[in-house]
Amino acid sequence: MVSSSLRILGLSKRYGDFVALAPTSLDVAKGEFLTLLGPSGSGKTTLLSLIAGLAHPDEGQILVDDADVTHSPAYARDIGVVFQNYALFPHMTVEDNIAFPLKMRKVSEAEARRRTMEALETVRLPHVAKRFPRELSGGQQQRIALARCIVYRPAIILMDEPLGALDKKLRDQMQLEIKRIHRELRTTIIYVTHDQEEAMTMSDRICLMNAGAIEQLGTPEDLYFRPRSVFVADFLGESNLLSATVRDVDAHGLDIALAAQAAPSRAVGNGAQFAAGEPIKVMVRPQNLQVATAGAGGLTGRLVDVMISGSLTRLYIAPEVAGLPQLVAAYPTRSGSAPHEIGQLVSLAWNPADAVAIRDDGGR
Amino acid sequence: MGAKQRALSQGRIWSWVAMGGPLGLLLVLFLVYPVGQLLLLSIHNDSGFTLAQYRQLFASSVYVDVLLITLKISLVTTLVCVVTGYPIAYLISVVGKERKATLLFWVLLSFWTSFLVRAFAWIVLLGRNGVINKLLLSLGIISSPANLLYNFGSVLVGMVNALLPLAVLTMLSVMENIDRNLPRAAATLGARPGMAFWKIYFPLSLPGVAAAGIMVFVTAIGFFIVPALLGGRRDTMITQLIIDQIQQTMNWGFAGAISVLLLFVVLIVFAAYDRLLGLSTMTGSAAARKPEPSRLSEPLAKVGDVLLTVLGTISDAIISLLPSRRRDRNPDQPGLGLQAFVWTMLLIISLPTVLMIPLSFGKGGLNWPPQGFTLHWYETVLASPVWTQAMLRSLMVGVGTGLLAMLIGTPAAFLLVRSDIPGKGAWLAFILSPIVVPRMIIAVGLFYVFANIGLVGSAFGLILGHTVVAVPYVVMTMMAVLRNYDTRLDHAASSLGARPFATLRHVTFPILGAGMMSSFLFAFATSFDELTIALFATGGLNATLPKQFWDEVTLQVSPVIAAVSTCLFIFMGLLIFTAERLRRRAAAR
Repeated sequence: MVSSSLRILGLSKRYGDFVALAPTSLDVAKGEFLTLLGPSGSGKTTLLSLIAGLAHPDEGQILVDDADVTHSPAYARDIGVVFQNYALFPHMTVEDNIAFPLKMRKVSEAEARRRTMEALETVRLPHVAKRFPRELSGGQQQRIALARCIVYRPAIILMDEPLGALDKKLRDQMQLEIKRIHRELRTTIIYVTHDQEEAMTMSDRICLMNAGAIEQLGTPEDLYFRPRSVFVADFLGESNLLSATVRDVDAHGLDIALAAQAAPSRAVGNGAQFAAGEPIKVMVRPQNLQVATAGAGGLTGRLVDVMISGSLTRLYIAPEVAGLPQLVAAYPTRSGSAPHEIGQLVSLAWNPADAVAIRDDGGR
Repeated sequence: MGAKQRALSQGRIWSWVAMGGPLGLLLVLFLVYPVGQLLLLSIHNDSGFTLAQYRQLFASSVYVDVLLITLKISLVTTLVCVVTGYPIAYLISVVGKERKATLLFWVLLSFWTSFLVRAFAWIVLLGRNGVINKLLLSLGIISSPANLLYNFGSVLVGMVNALLPLAVLTMLSVMENIDRNLPRAAATLGARPGMAFWKIYFPLSLPGVAAAGIMVFVTAIGFFIVPALLGGRRDTMITQLIIDQIQQTMNWGFAGAISVLLLFVVLIVFAAYDRLLGLSTMTGSAAARKPEPSRLSEPLAKVGDVLLTVLGTISDAIISLLPSRRRDRNPDQPGLGLQAFVWTMLLIISLPTVLMIPLSFGKGGLNWPPQGFTLHWYETVLASPVWTQAMLRSLMVGVGTGLLAMLIGTPAAFLLVRSDIPGKGAWLAFILSPIVVPRMIIAVGLFYVFANIGLVGSAFGLILGHTVVAVPYVVMTMMAVLRNYDTRLDHAASSLGARPFATLRHVTFPILGAGMMSSFLFAFATSFDELTIALFATGGLNATLPKQFWDEVTLQVSPVIAAVSTCLFIFMGLLIFTAERLRRRAAAR
């Protein structure tokens, strides 16, 4: 199947005084699965609409395979969109919905029928061809929307929170389905979601957006283990963020001093340059925070709450030292694991390699 | 089935009767009975059953010709209203909130301005010394004033002006429910704008077009104000024949026969509509959201599809020929041509009434341009007890109608939305039937019944008659409001310890307040503007404002009427403004 690269140069969009998208540049490789992740109002849907040609940018360029499509209308772009509410045409059967883009491209009727059935096979719903969209379940409608998009083999497929309306189980199933179709077709996919787990599961790269700009762009591992800002650390997965000061920087990491605690400690960088004396945040993921009975040294705290959420058990701990926020530790739930008594004192420790230094930007 | 359960279901039936009974009784006594009486009179005289009236009806071609003229005027009016109303409704449905409110205000203002006022305005506008003739003369297009009035053209202009707002509002209610992502999805799938419109948007808007068509047609066919005021002798419509029979010869039997003919035509139209599209598309927004699969047979659907494809191709060819459309404008922004067309149409339907204002302050009668400034005409109105009493009476009857319609319409709406009463569709059809049955037939039937029980000329009789025609609007408004009402709020209240009555008082009614207020205003305005029933039921005494207006305007065209028109226009403008403010405040909560 055809697949194209996408290049975005200095693209921006305002609505009145509101900056929906600050000048943004982005490269998407052929066949890549890129996710635009961010809270609502972060500009991800705006960016998607601009790429699709459903809105017009104030400035900047959009290149598909190095051809400028900035001023092409949506119908001439050869970019497929799977809409959030599916946007299936209610007055047409499933079959007619899927054949619609082929008709618009003047594909012969026999060929259109063949490809329609093929697309229905791909989404594993060949038996619903004659039904109307409203006669299908949400998950089925979702698959039909997908089929309507892949049937004309667009060079790039955009998906706007396509699984937002489905329940958890169906969502997990459809995630696998979309991954499978991506593997089979090798199309470039740009996927919008506000669900960080979905983004982690599916993407080759994640583009995390905040307040109309790109916060960080990289692989899921990059974003999870080496967040560039407090916002990223906070948005992707759970995290404990401790205030600290840089004492020294060497080839392997940083010497730091945690706030309100004299004891020196070590951390690794997130790729940014740090200078001695700089205030930073240190991120420790909950699964890397080791909890032991008090007296083991390190930080001490009081156990506030214990919660078992399926496979994980979470411990909430209030440090004894003033100025530190409540911390959370997580470990796999095992039957008969030692019950922690609420109110008891515990000591906290972590491996320096799991402590990541992040520039303290005030956590925009 | 246990005794307790049976008692429960009996209690339920009593609550149905309590909620729907008053409305049912009203409709049976003041709609079914009078109309039935009238129809009976057409086949019954002192000596028993007779078809003499019908023989007379078809004996000469006079009455058939009138029927044909009526159909012609109604059909052309419907066509023009739907075709010109469509772009207006479309624009209103796509523009942003602020501009939508502005556009809607002008449509609503026209909608609520009395038919009488609008027809009168056209008399003045099209008269020998009216604005249009003066304009054409000054431009040198004509050398002596043209006869623009009392012909088919002037009737058509008046009818379109009268019914265009209805067409727009009906189509708008369907268009607002069309998902705006659908045309955009079509664009991403490769459909050019013309194709996306004809293949996606247009078919989805068709139920609205059909509903608008039938509403306009049925209203037009029962119209008499516009043809009577703006038409010549060749433009007589069937309802005028009924008026003549009653007012001039008191020939009930023949009036009944004509009514049967009129009713028959209306029913045929509805039956045809039902066959083609299903009546369910008319009654609820729910139907519009879930369009029924077309009942058109397969080949017919194919032909339709090909036709739409051709239309789409042609439109796109035309669009691509247009010189340098700004390519980088927002794809969602409506074109300038569309906006210009819509504003022109809104100007045409609003301007005549607005031009009435300067004329009402002029010294030189109704000739354009107005000369001097005087309050003389307003003083004349206020000094005349006939006018002031008519005003007071209209206000009183309007408030009475509003209250009564709301009191009996709201429980019925509750019943239709909330209860599991069997045969809801039939009940709804019955409640909405006063809209379907031509107003003239109801009016004449009521006159006959009122005359027998001495209610002619009484305000109470008038309130009853007006409630019959206003209550369907109340029920429809309240049903729409109730459908949007989240019943979980009631459950929440009762879980918090509120008894049913307390729930109604503290939760349900405060939230439904805006809807009830607007349905009250709707009923009030319907009554305030009602002429047909008032024409007969006032019995020549105790005229309401529209009746007084009608008597004056059929007698002579005077500036006094321009003054009254201005007052009515401003009163309605304020009323809509208030209603809109109320609605917005409720929505903001």
